[in-house]
Amino acid sequence: MNRRLAPAFVLTALLVVVVVAGPLLSPYAPNAQLDIIALRSQAPSLAHPFGTDAASRDVLSRVLDGGRVSLTLAILSVALSLVVATLYGAISSLVGGVVDTTMRRLLDVALSIPRLLVLLAVGALWGALTFPALVLLIGLTGWFDTARLVTDELHALSRQEFTVAARAMGVRGPRLLWRHLLPHLLPTLVINASFGVASTIALEAGLSYLGLGIQAPQASWGTILRDGAGVVQSEWWLSLFPGLATVFAVLACNALGDALRERFAPNHVPSLATSLDVSPVPSFSRTVRP
Amino acid sequence: MIARVVQGVAVVFAAATLAFVLLQLAPGDAATALGEGTSPELRAMIRAQYGLDDSLATQYGRWLWSLLRGDLGWSHDQHRPVAAVLSDALPRSLFLMGCALSVSLVGGMLIGAWQGARAGSRRDRTTSTVLLVLYSVPEFWLALVLLVVFAYHLRWLPVTGITGEMYDYMGTGEQLLDRLRHLVLPLTSLSLVGISVFARYQRNAMQESMAQPFVRTARAKGLTESAVRRQAWRSALLPVITVTGLMLPALITGAVFVERVFAWPGMGFAMIRAIEARDYPVVSAGVILGSAITALGAALADIARDIVDPRLRSP
Repeated sequence: MNRRLAPAFVLTALLVVVVVAGPLLSPYAPNAQLDIIALRSQAPSLAHPFGTDAASRDVLSRVLDGGRVSLTLAILSVALSLVVATLYGAISSLVGGVVDTTMRRLLDVALSIPRLLVLLAVGALWGALTFPALVLLIGLTGWFDTARLVTDELHALSRQEFTVAARAMGVRGPRLLWRHLLPHLLPTLVINASFGVASTIALEAGLSYLGLGIQAPQASWGTILRDGAGVVQSEWWLSLFPGLATVFAVLACNALGDALRERFAPNHVPSLATSLDVSPVPSFSRTVRP
Repeated sequence: MIARVVQGVAVVFAAATLAFVLLQLAPGDAATALGEGTSPELRAMIRAQYGLDDSLATQYGRWLWSLLRGDLGWSHDQHRPVAAVLSDALPRSLFLMGCALSVSLVGGMLIGAWQGARAGSRRDRTTSTVLLVLYSVPEFWLALVLLVVFAYHLRWLPVTGITGEMYDYMGTGEQLLDRLRHLVLPLTSLSLVGISVFARYQRNAMQESMAQPFVRTARAKGLTESAVRRQAWRSALLPVITVTGLMLPALITGAVFVERVFAWPGMGFAMIRAIEARDYPVVSAGVILGSAITALGAALADIARDIVDPRLRSP
């Protein structure tokens, strides 16, 4: 355990516990309208630590329930991205030659199209999307940078002596990938997934805030922020608490990614995960042409 | 260089194709928008008038050809050509993004270089933690917090827009001040996050560079520590420049949300307004333009890298 890993694990464990145990911890049902007259838009109090919203729903219960949705969405779509990216990278680097060059160029092009704009356009055209559709959409627009990373890594790995030895012994294609290359790729993938979950949580919050992500009445951190968007001044608790929850979750995942990278792959340039978009950074040493 | 140009063209072409596919896949067209009681003959007439009964290939060709001529279509919501909508909005966005990028770069490089020169120290670790927290804050939420605190609560700065209501009646100096006051909050929201991104890169690059043999040589020559750091910093610039080109999609993303929160009438604001009004031509033009800007930025970053690093110059 290095100095960073411990606090990062504590943060992540706390996040997971709070989200998994959410239904046990939450005092009310997330969509229950408790008392539309007496409990409408109440400021935080002992009975309702995060206050209530305009439909008299308990915000703490909604934040806890929304966390499950936000986190599930992020994890599922990042998992989808990782699978697609690994397959793409594997095909590209194992086939090699013209196919490899073409597939890399295609990635470069795909990476130049800002992901958020595409998501906005899809949201504009289709309007309300269901949860599985959102997972597909976010997962299938988020794998390009990971694919580039996987391709670069696999290229480096396939020049290593153990790969050459395996090839010499007649190991081919899928088996080479599965038994010899993927185990070495795993740390990179896990670190990447950690940053990916962080940025996807923020992305979901942003999309739902614009009304293009999770749809009401289902709570997610973004939809609660949207409920509070018109009344940031008077009903500040609707913006403060789901926002803090988002920052906490993103921070936990980023800290975990940082700590894991320091422990397992200290030579990697950090992935360019800003809060809303993940873009790749080709490893510095490899981009310098000789 | 030629490769860059080809790639730029490919990006715009891909974005245009994507926009076309999305428009085609979307439910409904001009004929279905007429409502329930419309006769089939009238629907067919409208479809013919808009060319919707042509084959997909014909429609695709027509789409590309009109883009090539700079005809981006008609905004149903704003009742003027899309090109006019964009030419109003684009400069405001570029101005905001340019300011944010400059502040983030300068701030991030200073902080990161300072950290990298004393990597591992207590001050470095504390700064890293602060930066990691900043890095984890979504721009739109940071913008909301700044808005509530500085505009609503303390009333130091204006709430929204690019100029105040009395702008037209002010003198030149006052006008400039008014614009600056409106710029502060959107710029701060974008820059705080941007600084944290660049500082993280600059710190790692600087740490790596400080461990290079040439730094030891410089020290052995008896150079002052500040001169040594200047030399190390120069070689630590490259990764930061590379990142700058790749940062652009993230910067566009941030700008969309920040423009929305502060009602800054740029591209992002226009896009979100168009989405709410189902104004498809503006949305698809936004996708194409955003991709073109990203490709252009990446090319500029490449050129800048060639200038900074003599090893990359073609002989």
